[in-house]
Amino acid sequence: MKKEIMLGNEAIARGAWEAGCHVAAGYPGTPSTEILETIAFKYRDIKAQWSPNEKVALEVAAGASVAGARALATMKHVGLNVAADPLFTFSYTGVNGGLVIINADDPGAWSSQNEQDNRHLARAAKVPMLDASSPSEAKEFTKLAFDISEKFDRPVIVRITTRVAHSQGIVNLEEKQNIPLKDFVRDPKKYVMIPAHARPRHVFIEEQIIKLKEYSTTSGLNFIEWKNKKRGIIANGVAYQYVKEVCSEDSILKIGMVWPLPDDLIKEFASQVEELYVVEELDPFIEDYVKSLGFKVKGKEIIPLCGELTPEIVDKALNGKNIESPLPAYQGVIPPRPPKLCAGCPHGFVFNILKKLDLVVNGDIGCYTLGVLPPYSAMHSQGCMGASIGMHLGFEKARGDEMARNSVAVIGDSTFIHSGITPLIDLVYNKGTGTVIIMDNRATAMTGHQENPATGKTLMGEETFELDLEMMAKACGVKRVTVVDPRDAELLEKVIKEEVAAKEPSVIITKRKCILKK
Amino acid sequence: MKNVIFAGVGGQGVILVSKILMDVALKNGFDVKESEVHGMAQRGGSVECHVRFGTEVSSPLIPKAGADYILCLELLEAMRKLEYLNKNSVLIINREQINPAPVEIGAMEYPSDIESWLKNNFPNTIIVDTGEILKEVGTKRALNVVMLGCLSRFLDFNIKDWEESISKFVKESALEQNIKAFKMGRELIA
Repeated sequence: MKKEIMLGNEAIARGAWEAGCHVAAGYPGTPSTEILETIAFKYRDIKAQWSPNEKVALEVAAGASVAGARALATMKHVGLNVAADPLFTFSYTGVNGGLVIINADDPGAWSSQNEQDNRHLARAAKVPMLDASSPSEAKEFTKLAFDISEKFDRPVIVRITTRVAHSQGIVNLEEKQNIPLKDFVRDPKKYVMIPAHARPRHVFIEEQIIKLKEYSTTSGLNFIEWKNKKRGIIANGVAYQYVKEVCSEDSILKIGMVWPLPDDLIKEFASQVEELYVVEELDPFIEDYVKSLGFKVKGKEIIPLCGELTPEIVDKALNGKNIESPLPAYQGVIPPRPPKLCAGCPHGFVFNILKKLDLVVNGDIGCYTLGVLPPYSAMHSQGCMGASIGMHLGFEKARGDEMARNSVAVIGDSTFIHSGITPLIDLVYNKGTGTVIIMDNRATAMTGHQENPATGKTLMGEETFELDLEMMAKACGVKRVTVVDPRDAELLEKVIKEEVAAKEPSVIITKRKCILKK
Repeated sequence: MKNVIFAGVGGQGVILVSKILMDVALKNGFDVKESEVHGMAQRGGSVECHVRFGTEVSSPLIPKAGADYILCLELLEAMRKLEYLNKNSVLIINREQINPAPVEIGAMEYPSDIESWLKNNFPNTIIVDTGEILKEVGTKRALNVVMLGCLSRFLDFNIKDWEESISKFVKESALEQNIKAFKMGRELIA
């Protein structure tokens, strides 16, 4: 069999292709972005697209599935929050062609605003979740997820974490399966979720979860590696790899299907070992479940709840091993190397002026979030995609005109399209008077210059309609819309002063291509 | 099992050389794993790659005190990797200083005693000058491959394998320069 070294995300793209996936949609987000980029680059027989946000991406994938295709949606963990609405109800409708969602969690928050553990979402939405521990598993699980999806009529989530997504390993290459489109059958009882249809679907889902629990025990996705029975360790994801490395004498129950969990297998394992442990990153998800089955187990009392795990953290927790450094501690100060806006970055010109004018800045998600750091130190709130504009209105509602005359919201082009349009409508509708700066650098830059609806190009590189942000803002009801080249500092300062002073909603579009974009 | 860490600053090509090393290891029949953090790399942050190869590799991360070789493409970055050293590790550093943002804006100082401190406290430190080589090769961008050449001196792979893997990952137009950079890097280690 042909082997290749692949990044976890490349392996997922390969898995989707081998599974005969027809349609793939997503929104860029570290550490998930390379999945669709790889599909667009290498597996061009899949119709792949960047959607404006994750909710739309999942809806496109769900539509493709109902229409009979095998479909993939990709996103980072916080993206699944945005897509939670379709997730929870497409769980009710189920699928026609296999529907697989790739969810990339980020323990350690390497490039995210939080460390949420999305295993909870699989449980809450009642959809199966596979949890890969390596690039090769990421490929296998993605492939298998399509089969599980069709067999049990469920969307299936494949969960990866940063250390799987951005880790490379050897992957076996297999042939592409030739999967024809399924027939589309008009079936409103399954695909139209009015209450009368939803109630019986809920019963159906609960029946499927019972069947999946059985599958979780028998499928081989969860398995026991018996060794010494004095100590048994349950582990999932990359934590399994750390356990394998530092606890080579212990028995392991490896969890590859993390929802629903395999009751019978857990009982078999737990009842035969003297001491039971769970090693998992983030929340005590498996641990709490094992406890609910009535077993005594050690987990978060010795394994950290916050941050990602490493082999030595596991080694210390389970084996009491302390690392001895051959070096004394360096007594000097090592300056950190934080990321920064590039030299010549168009955002930098804007932040220079926001700092000079000492405005309160409601920020958003993108490269420009780095405006919070020195030398600018010019950002005072930021939460999630699109939050800048709604928060900006909230500031005004709380503190009145004086606040609106001393503050702005800043948001990037892609983030504005993702989640900034509805709050801009709200700002106008509810009589806000604040100023929104759309920092249009002609790319979804932070994640590596992906195309978006305002760049006029698709993921596959085709020319397409270019969304006009100026017209968009006007259509939301903003009468004062100004487009400025941020390099013209004098003009930009004048415009910001005027617009912030104006007692009506205004939008300033600072338009200049990202310095790194070709 | 061999454990190699490449460390540098975004844009120095750390991930590329880790791919070359993995390819050579795969060709020689080893299991290989790698882990990288590059979310912020394009914005001038620190970048680090762990490469591990052996009969069977579980964790993609090298444990603390577990590195056999640490290759640093910048001086300060070496100081962030000290916890991966054990007494048998070899630390190879490019003698180059790239100021991080807090130094650039005058908020902090770039430590001036890195070289002397390492020499006094960790005898297996090798600090190399790559400036002349890069001048001769004709591109600063080949620094990563010069450092790979240094590493190659310690690993039991033949030159042909290295060259083949370099040609797989480097653009054809830059191949000749990179092969030269690799060979000159190899000569840097006594």
